[in-house]
Amino acid sequence: MYMLANYLPIVIFIGIALLLGAILLVAGFVLSQKKPNAAKLAPYECGFDAMENARLPFDVRFYLVAILFIIFDLETAFLFPWAVVLRHLSWFGVASMGLFLGLLVLGFIYEWKKGALEWE
Amino acid sequence: MDTIMNLLWIALKILAIVLPLTISVAYLTLAERKVIAYMHSRIGPNRVGFLGLLQPFADVLKLLLKEMVIPSQSNRYLFLAAPVLVLAPALAAWAVIPFSKGLVLANINAGLLYIFMMSSLSVYGVLIAGWASNSKYAMLGALRAAAQTVSYEIAMGFAFVGVLLAAGSMNLQTIVLAQSGNILHWYFLPLLPLFFVYWISGVAETNRHPFDMVEGESEIVAGFHVEYAGAGFALFFLAEYANMILISAVASLLFLGGWLSPFEGIPLLENVFAFVPGLVWFVLKMGFFLFLYIWLRATFPRYRYDQVMRLGWKVLIPITLIWIVVVSFAVKFNIGPWFNQAGV
Repeated sequence: MYMLANYLPIVIFIGIALLLGAILLVAGFVLSQKKPNAAKLAPYECGFDAMENARLPFDVRFYLVAILFIIFDLETAFLFPWAVVLRHLSWFGVASMGLFLGLLVLGFIYEWKKGALEWE
Repeated sequence: MDTIMNLLWIALKILAIVLPLTISVAYLTLAERKVIAYMHSRIGPNRVGFLGLLQPFADVLKLLLKEMVIPSQSNRYLFLAAPVLVLAPALAAWAVIPFSKGLVLANINAGLLYIFMMSSLSVYGVLIAGWASNSKYAMLGALRAAAQTVSYEIAMGFAFVGVLLAAGSMNLQTIVLAQSGNILHWYFLPLLPLFFVYWISGVAETNRHPFDMVEGESEIVAGFHVEYAGAGFALFFLAEYANMILISAVASLLFLGGWLSPFEGIPLLENVFAFVPGLVWFVLKMGFFLFLYIWLRATFPRYRYDQVMRLGWKVLIPITLIWIVVVSFAVKFNIGPWFNQAGV
């Protein structure tokens, strides 16, 4: 229970941070003048009307990076607790993480050679 | 009654963090303009108040009074929610930062994990902002921001792992105390490659120069926040600078011994500087990193996007992977003088 109580200030802090942002936004709304017109509200595109919808298809590499990120971030999630208790681990614990890391490095080398990390 | 007093007390403590933080952000913007000005042989803002010291407040007032434009084709609610979603994690991450020994709002065991989480959350706000604006430049900026933040996040996470290996705890106070002894015990020395990797990814994570493809004025005008004006823009600005200060704070905690005095362990100087509170050292170290931020901006030209991705994936990640292996063996074999503490 004591451990959980330590997290209460964090929850409150997140709440206050959200509130602060909202307050500033509302303050901006209340204080500012409002004289909208069609040209002002149009999406910015160097001064003329937007040629086409902004939500165009984008380069697949962005998607690829996101996929790679999931794998590596998962790896970080595994490494964090492992790193904390490494001193108390047996060599078996070290070796199993070594195996996991090794597999990941192999995959990393593969994607490097395949050109998944190339831009241009 | 007791709980209400307790909650009020917590709220008061939060205010004691947020208020100085906002003022620091205000003066960081002024410092940035001043420092860059002097590096360019200019004077910088000096009209509002003595030496321009009131300039930040004039800026804030101006931003709040400016008209808030909500583009007609935007997704209105997401458009308004995005700046709040960027600001909230930038502020909330400060909950676990120990400013001095015992001077911390929430002394949790998963401190570093929490920081890591909060620093990655802000990318959602950026993505939402870019998408909801329904403008080409905003969309491009958001895509770049997402891919860049995500790439450097991995390098940053691996750098954290090195610190965790050395300190054996995720609690930020424990990490700082594990560095006590003298200046050579600070982790910047045994973890030097990780220190550099952390700092570079920190700069990239906050989308600062020279990694500011996300907002690159000369190519995609202002990137994801091109459609924001007035208070919405002010929130993005506040969040960016709060994140810069956060990255500096974490860098000094993890690698420069947080609030520890640099003269610790030196016979005479240690006593001479014993009166200086830890908070002062901490702020000085943060100031050093913030100056570095500004210095980088004044010195380096912007990277190209493929160069940024190459640096993140092909340089920083291999370096961190290798160094994690090195550090874990050093810890396992109790190699001194850094890795032979008992751990926690």
